[in-house]
Amino acid sequence: MADVAPPSLLRLEGITRRFGAVTALDRVDVSFRRGEVHALVGENGAGKSTLVKIMTGAYRRDDGEMFLDGAAVNFQTPAEAQAAGICAVHQEVHLLGMRTVAENLFLGREPLRWGLVDWRTMMHDARVLLDDLGLDIDPAATLSHISVARQQMVAIARGVSLGASLLVLDEPTSSLAEREVVILFDLIARLRARGTSIVYISHRLDEIYTVCDRVTVLRDGKLVATRSLDGLERIDLICLMLGKSREALRLGATAFGGRHAAAANVEPLLRARSIAFAPRLRDVSLDVQKGEIVGVAGLLGSGRSETAQVLFGTAKSTAGSMFMNGAPYAPGSPRDAMRAGIGFVSEDRKADGIIPELSVRENLTLAALPLFTKFGIVSRVRQMAIVDRYMSRLGIRASSADQNIRELSGGNQQKVLLARWLCTDPELLILDEPTRGIDIGARGEIQRLVNELAESGLGVLMISSELEELVEGCSRVVVLRDGRTVAELQGDGVSEHAIVHAMAETAL
Amino acid sequence: MKFLRHNGAFVALVVVCIVGVARYESFLTVENLSNILRQNSMLGVVALGMTFVILGGGIDLSVGALVAVAGVAAAMLAPHNALLGVLGGILVASLLGVINGLLITKARIQPFITTLAMLIAARAAALAVTHEQSVNISGDGLGWLGRGIAPVVLLLILYAGGWTVLRHTRFGRYVYAVGNDEDVARLMGLRTDRIVIGTYALSGGLAGVAGVMLAARLGAGLPVAATGWELDAIASVVVGGTLLTGGEGGVWRTLVGVLLLGVIFNLFNLDGTISPWWQWVLRGSFLLVVVVVQSHIRPATLPS
Repeated sequence: MADVAPPSLLRLEGITRRFGAVTALDRVDVSFRRGEVHALVGENGAGKSTLVKIMTGAYRRDDGEMFLDGAAVNFQTPAEAQAAGICAVHQEVHLLGMRTVAENLFLGREPLRWGLVDWRTMMHDARVLLDDLGLDIDPAATLSHISVARQQMVAIARGVSLGASLLVLDEPTSSLAEREVVILFDLIARLRARGTSIVYISHRLDEIYTVCDRVTVLRDGKLVATRSLDGLERIDLICLMLGKSREALRLGATAFGGRHAAAANVEPLLRARSIAFAPRLRDVSLDVQKGEIVGVAGLLGSGRSETAQVLFGTAKSTAGSMFMNGAPYAPGSPRDAMRAGIGFVSEDRKADGIIPELSVRENLTLAALPLFTKFGIVSRVRQMAIVDRYMSRLGIRASSADQNIRELSGGNQQKVLLARWLCTDPELLILDEPTRGIDIGARGEIQRLVNELAESGLGVLMISSELEELVEGCSRVVVLRDGRTVAELQGDGVSEHAIVHAMAETAL
Repeated sequence: MKFLRHNGAFVALVVVCIVGVARYESFLTVENLSNILRQNSMLGVVALGMTFVILGGGIDLSVGALVAVAGVAAAMLAPHNALLGVLGGILVASLLGVINGLLITKARIQPFITTLAMLIAARAAALAVTHEQSVNISGDGLGWLGRGIAPVVLLLILYAGGWTVLRHTRFGRYVYAVGNDEDVARLMGLRTDRIVIGTYALSGGLAGVAGVMLAARLGAGLPVAATGWELDAIASVVVGGTLLTGGEGGVWRTLVGVLLLGVIFNLFNLDGTISPWWQWVLRGSFLLVVVVVQSHIRPATLPS
């Protein structure tokens, strides 16, 4: 095939968007061709959603140009983008659940007859539209009575009937069952044959290779590459997403001291077998021994955080079994998990972790309050003793224990959260991205601290997207892919190379 | 079961009527039945407007006060011209409804608070303007509106109109859309503010119609008229089967709700042995039972 690029439908040049001091998109160039299915991939913070919001008029760009069919465009609102033929279908369907399929399709442009809504024509037109797309959906059905997959198809059909020439599908399969995915792919193929361009956002490599023609990889707000998927090896795609060159999957430099010898065949502290939580978590198994740091690796959406949720009791496993110290463990709430000796430092410090209005002292002792509370009265003396001990032990830098936690750096906030769980005297600590968003210096301190804790006998389960951190910090690494454990690496088998291969599921 | 789900209030109405026929000889008489209809026609008109507001996801606590304002305004204007009295009363209440809608959509004040403030202010204004006295309507230009079959016919005409608007006009469909999910409706391109303002204007206007009817019936505009009607109207809408959170329901259900509560009240009166306070306790309990039963036989919003 001659390498003459087909004309592009939508071309983005030098798109830049800043949020305060953060540059979410930095001079990104992409072009979407007519009738192609174009995957948009990247890890957290890559800038995918910002890019889509700029394309669909939800955000303005700070810099750069957009050309639709060669003409410069500048959308101010989603309505303007829709009128120009660019339409987004989101994970949560933005339709009216109590209304019929036909009403959802024609809301805002109902056929009228003598000024009144012409239901007969509306139903007829809806049926024609759905038939045309090969969708077997009753236009008179109430939307909430049909499956999520079908609701999504209705949203797509609405976009098509509004004249969309470019459809953005934002993680369309995240809440679909496997057989529903097939129906969706069928629809995508149909649309593509009609010349509609589709931007497909997903974390699932299988899907991307099944339905997409080309892929654009973003990382940290920058364009990494746009490639044809034909001939692009999975391992190379993952390397692009993670920012690793294939040759240089090497040891990095972290403050983790090195390897811990895997404990011998003793009863593990935590044993999880085939746990599942629909739709993201399907079949995950892992063990954590006393004094061991076990890593959990996987791309975004592979089920990493869901694993932590199930272990900590915020989500209930629908399959499999779990044991703590050999005893069956089925937490119904975080309270159960705490009783069983588990602590959890969540991924999102701001949303799930710190309580910004409270002081260091109050934040630190939140989980342990019951320990020094009698008849509902908190013993201030015992509270202060504990706070002093952990502030000095973890090196928390605050002007005093009563300083508002909001005023602390990210690293010190994270230490407070670690201390919060340590003073409940846990046996197992789950850390979800413990060093994300923390500056290099504090990062090293936290890594050293985790290491010390493990050496003193604590079991640690560390979820991280930093491969160096996993390789150097963990004695074992469990690799997840599409909600399943696909590899368990041990000892010398733990390497970035091996982890990336497991993520891509290709033989070494 | 499906029939019950959609017609629970209707079944209850039939049951209550059967009880009435069986126990009280005077229940099934032309006089008694037309009394029930006439006595409840004004509340029915108010509840019609309330149906629009609730379907659109709002609540209007000001309707009782607007009935009084409209009645007083009509009584004050009627001596000049009967038609002026009718239109003036309706117009004043409509305008106050529009103000409700503007405060809710543009100033982003919660409907409950906005219309509560309107209730207090409108009622006080009616008392202030009239010096707490009723305003007699001199002459008899309006009297026919409140007597005989006129109120009942008017009620039915307005309900038929309300049904047509809800079922067959874009505005009506958009009221359902906004009540289902206002944000989504906006994302789908609807001008949701206008629709919400429309529902409050309609609610105010219909309260105005009821106010004029009531003044015509009483021969005077009373500043204390229709106290507590907002709660009766809300009760009728909800008993009828319209979702209090909006998005689902309709005007005929509301009419059934109005009649159901009206017939029960009538039976208490025919019985005559139950003290008024116990009547209220029973009415409150009944309201609760009907709503609980309805919410239990309603299908889950998202069946798998």
